[in-house]
Formats: sequence, C-alpha cells, structure tokens
Amino acid sequence: MSSYNLTHLKQLESEAIFILREVAAQFEKPVMLFSGGKDSIIMFHLARKAFHPGKVPFPLMHVDTGHNFPETIEFRDRLIEETGETLIVKYVQDSIDKGTAVEETGPNPSRNGLQTITLLEGLEEGKYDCAMGGARRDEEKARAKERFFSHRDEFGQWDPKNQRPELWNLFNGKKKMGEHFRIFPISNWTEMDVWQYILQEKIELPSLYFSHKREIVNRNGVLLGKCDYIQLKNNENWEERTIRCRTIGDMTCTGVAESDAATLEKIIEEVASTRVTERGGRADDKKSEAAMEDRKKEGYF
Amino acid sequence: MSETKGYLDMELLRFTTAGSVDDGKSTLIGRLLYDSKAIFEDQMELLEETSKQRGEEGVNLALLTDGLRSEREQGITIDVAYRYFATPKRKFIIADTPGHIQYTRNMVTGASTANLALLLVDARHGVIEQTKRHAFIASLLQIPHIAVCVNKMDLVDYSQEAYKKIKADFEDFASKLEIKDVRFIPISALNGDNVVDRSVNMDWYDGSTLMHLLENIHIGSDHNHVDCRFPVQYVVRPQSVEFPDYRGYAGRIEGGVFKPGDEVIVLPSGFTSKIKSIDTFDGEVEEAFSPMSVCMTLTNDIDISRGDMLVRKNNKPTVEQNIDLMICWMHEKKMMIGGKYTIRHTSQTARCVIKEVNYKMDINTLHRLEDDKEISMNDIGRITIRTTKPLFFDSYRRNRNTGSIILVDEATNETVAAGMII
Repeated sequence: MSSYNLTHLKQLESEAIFILREVAAQFEKPVMLFSGGKDSIIMFHLARKAFHPGKVPFPLMHVDTGHNFPETIEFRDRLIEETGETLIVKYVQDSIDKGTAVEETGPNPSRNGLQTITLLEGLEEGKYDCAMGGARRDEEKARAKERFFSHRDEFGQWDPKNQRPELWNLFNGKKKMGEHFRIFPISNWTEMDVWQYILQEKIELPSLYFSHKREIVNRNGVLLGKCDYIQLKNNENWEERTIRCRTIGDMTCTGVAESDAATLEKIIEEVASTRVTERGGRADDKKSEAAMEDRKKEGYF
Repeated sequence: MSETKGYLDMELLRFTTAGSVDDGKSTLIGRLLYDSKAIFEDQMELLEETSKQRGEEGVNLALLTDGLRSEREQGITIDVAYRYFATPKRKFIIADTPGHIQYTRNMVTGASTANLALLLVDARHGVIEQTKRHAFIASLLQIPHIAVCVNKMDLVDYSQEAYKKIKADFEDFASKLEIKDVRFIPISALNGDNVVDRSVNMDWYDGSTLMHLLENIHIGSDHNHVDCRFPVQYVVRPQSVEFPDYRGYAGRIEGGVFKPGDEVIVLPSGFTSKIKSIDTFDGEVEEAFSPMSVCMTLTNDIDISRGDMLVRKNNKPTVEQNIDLMICWMHEKKMMIGGKYTIRHTSQTARCVIKEVNYKMDINTLHRLEDDKEISMNDIGRITIRTTKPLFFDSYRRNRNTGSIILVDEATNETVAAGMII
C-alpha cells in the first residue's frame, strides 16, 4: 500500500516540470538561458525530463563573457554533443565590437554587467518571447519577490511594485507585442535542494565544483582564481590553495571557497554546515545593498 | 552518508504568515530561520549594519524579507516574500504576506498554495480585526491547517487565563468559518518560548512547540487522492526515428490515482480509452497521483489536446458554462458587471462574462452586503459567470486544483481576480 506522499525533491521536480511544460504551451518562441553552472545544468536536466521521450522544444542560449573557466566551456560542449539538443552562444565581445557595450574600467573591471546588453540583443535578434533562467528566490532578497512568470516590458525591464499576482498553479503568460517574460522554474529550490537533487539524479557537473588545487588571489575577502583577465594590484600575490566553486560565473567576479569537499556527499555536508550565503562570494552583489534589484530592473536575471 | 540519505527523504510543508509589523511576525520568522540556520552570517552582518544605519535598536528582521529598495525606504512590506528553511525532517516554504497594503490580495496569493496558515495574536490585544480577516481568508482558501500563535506571552506574565480567553474568543469566531484543523500555541517569539524549545515559563501548557508542530503535522491527506483528474497540458510527439508514432499526454495529476489499464473518459469529447502507459524520464510508473507530473499514452488514437481532461467513467467533474464563484478582486480597475474577461482554469483557457454579483463580503464582520455590489480592489464577493465553452471542474472545497480560476483583463493582460468555484 503506497502512502501517496512525494518527497520534497519530487515535489519541487514536479513543479519545475509543470512550469517548463506551461512555457512550451503558452509561448511561441521560448529559449532557456544556460551558463554552465549547476543551476542551469539541472534546468536542462528538468527540461529533458519534461518532454521525454521528445526533444526539448526550445534551444539553450549561453551569454558568454569570454571570461569563462575553460572547464565550463568543455563541459557545456560535451553535454550538448551527448544530448543532441540545440545551443546558441552569444558573445559579449561581439557587443563590445559593435559598440553597444563598453568594457568596464577601474579597479575591478568585470563583464558581468555587460551580459545584460548581450542578452537583450540576443533575445531581440532571435525574436524570443520568453527566456527561462535558473534563478532561485533564496539567492538574494530582491529575488525573494520574483514571480515564476515575470513580466518584462519592451525594454526588458522589471517593475517589482507592479507584478502580476500568482495564485495556485495558474500562470498568466499573456503579453503584448514586443513584451516578453522571464521564467524561473526552480524559484522554490534552495542551494541545498539543488545539491540533493544532483546527488539523487546522479547529474554530472563541471569539475570546478569539486575540491581542487588552484592559484588564487584574495581581494577584499573574495578569493579569485588565476586567469588572464585579472591583474594583480600592489601587495597582491597568487597563492595555491585547495578550493572549489560554489557558483560558476565570470572568472573576474566569481569568488571561490577554500574547501576539501571532493564528492557530492561532502559538498552536501559542507552546504549544511556553512554559514555564508552562496552569493556571499560574488563581487558583483557586493557593490551596493540594492545591487541585484538595480541590475534586475535593467533586464538582468 | 546515512544523514545525506535522510536529506533526500524529506517532506515539504508550505505555510503562510500574515500580520503587521508590531505583532512580532518578523521576529518569529527570523527566529525560525536563524535557529534552523537558514539565515547566514553574511546576511546577519548586513542586517545588523543596515539596522544600525537606520538608527534602530537590535536587528530588524523585516529587512531580511523586505528586499526591494522602496520597501526599505518606506519601512513597509509591499509584496509576498518567499522564504525557505529546512530541518532534517521537512523543508519549509514560507509565503510571508504584508499586513498593511493590499492585505487581502497578498494574503489570498500566499494562501493559495499553503498547507498551513500561521496566525499571530498579540497576547495583550487578543483577537482583533486583522486576526479575523486572516482566519476568514484561510478558511475561504481552504488552507487545511491553522496554527494560532498567541505571541508576547512574556508581556502578560505568561498568564494561562490570557491564553485561554484568546483561545475561546478565536474558537467562537472560527465556529462561523470552515476550518478543518486549528491548533493553539502560547509563545514568545522574542525570548523563544515554545518556538523551537519548550518554554520553562509556561508549565501549564502541555502541547507541542511551534517547530514540533510544523515538523509533524500530518500533510499526507492534503491532496485529493479520490477523484481522478488529469488535465492535458502539452502533447508530446517526438516524430523521431526511435519514437515515430509516440503520442503522449503530458500534465500533472490534479486528483485521484491513475494506473496503466485504467479505463478513462476524455472531456469534452466523451471518447473512452484505456491508459497504456504512464511514462517518465526515469521509466514507466505503476501508478501516478497528485501532484506528480507525468506523460500518459492511451491504447487507441483519439484527438486530444491541451485543455482536455482525462477522468474516470464513474467519477466525472461538473461540466458547465454557468459557474458560481467566490472571487477576490486584485486590480485597481473595478470589476465590470457584464464585462468580459479571459478565464484560466487548469490547462484550459476560455472567455467569460460576469453575469451577476450575489453579494459582497464584509471580511471584518462576515456580513453579506447584498445592497453593495461594487467589487473593487481587495474585495471578496460571490458572483456568477458564463463561459464561452464548458469547463470541467470540482468545487474548490473538494479539490483546490480543479476548483480554482483566475480572471485576466483582455485589454491589459493583467491578472485581475482569483476565484474559487462553489
């Protein structure tokens, strides 16, 4: 006799699959944002589950800052080859060359903010009316009030004070010409849920997430991995440490963490006992208290 | 490793809270989050810093949920905020709704997906209008469980009499409502009495702590496992070399239990068929129940598309175009009698016209206002609509998934109302 109870992971999975199918049914030309990070990897996994045995009925899009960890790109390309799904890559460098984006200057230049420009250009070029992202409400407090179906005006902007109410599982994706939606199927997942799900589903991840030795620099408490895009300042040195990435983004602003967690089980233990948020290592969120809200209003995820 | 395995086997409880700034709601949520380690050190540091900048004593936990700049500036909560925490037994999703602005709209939104409503009553003030309003909305939205926390017990000397009076007052009011399961807990959110640990100040109370209640309350029967309802959400047709003729109906089970071999009827066509397989990415399953997302194949080829519903022959939903609803209006533009709106129900979309307003509800007194039929923002009323095509539904009381609708304005595309079918 079954008990007809689903575990929390099964419920979250079912909710995400429901949203993904709703997207495929309600929108004409959706696209799924893919960064090569763990959240977008599980999004892709969920999409394959949602439409099985059919193919995923939308392409993936990677907005590439050009400052990626090489491991991310290798992993991405292998995943696409193995699954036979479609990937579109949009380069921030192209926006810079065109003159629509201007490279940041100053002490901590990053292309993270420029992604928004390339993303909006990519959405416009492809005439996509909906872009799915792996953002979660537990990541940052401006995201705590985000909807599953987030309406954006023709400039891609978010109006947090005027969001559509979202009730039960009835999602309203109606829009006018030129407007579009950002959709977040894993809104209700926490960092812990993501790791547990990866363990449960035996999902493969880029090696960056697991403990390894790497040369890093400590900049204002954020540990940055050695790469060509980071110039050392006075009194700074590269030093070898045993680290892993808690999130994977642009190399210039993704802080790594000292860790010897080399397996999923160890990572889960580490996440369970950790006392700093996942984005605590993200230099881009440290710029001001409302940094995320401001970037979201401009069209960032 | 055994601990890791345990994590994979947790249950999920969604609860909603409502209340104003001063009844201690954010202190209580803060305590639940902090004690379960869902608030991190960097968040806490930022909070301390911001509270200090604003010249506040101690740490203002509302700053944790009030994520938007304008909320922090005005010191008010504008929107439903979602918060997460977990204990080894359960994962919790809190829909935290503001007490002031647009309280009805926000409370209804937060309540729509909740298993449990957490009501806070200030032990000094007793059952007030806001408590009644929240209890009414919890009953209207059929939240299966209500936990009434009598807070600030420290300020009434942990008096059993004060607690008893509030319990009696609430029970008296609740007798007019449809509430299935209500529990009372005397607490002090500030000092932590009966929140996570048992209070040493109230030995007259032998019930469970709030955390114990949240972790143990039985939620297994919150879904309907009796009436089989499968709204088709999406048709999967790979047309690939491997699956040339596959035609699967993807959707989520919204009621009952489906098994391969079951005879089903397709609405609206009325054709009958048998379930050939229930497919998932991980293989076929022997049975599927709410809220599983699956993909079904049938033994014969019939025309089925999004919006259709698979049900059992001897247990059909109501199929009707004239529908009675309780609605909560959520938009500044008032409801128009005779007005036309888009209606969304399960995976179905239709148009409808508002035929009649039966009454408007005074949610503070529970009086039915039969003379005042103007429904505007935050109003709740009973109305009759007529849809352009029949919907297949159950009463909201019987099934929250097949008994709920939203109305969408056809000019602006805004969601303007939430409705519960009577």
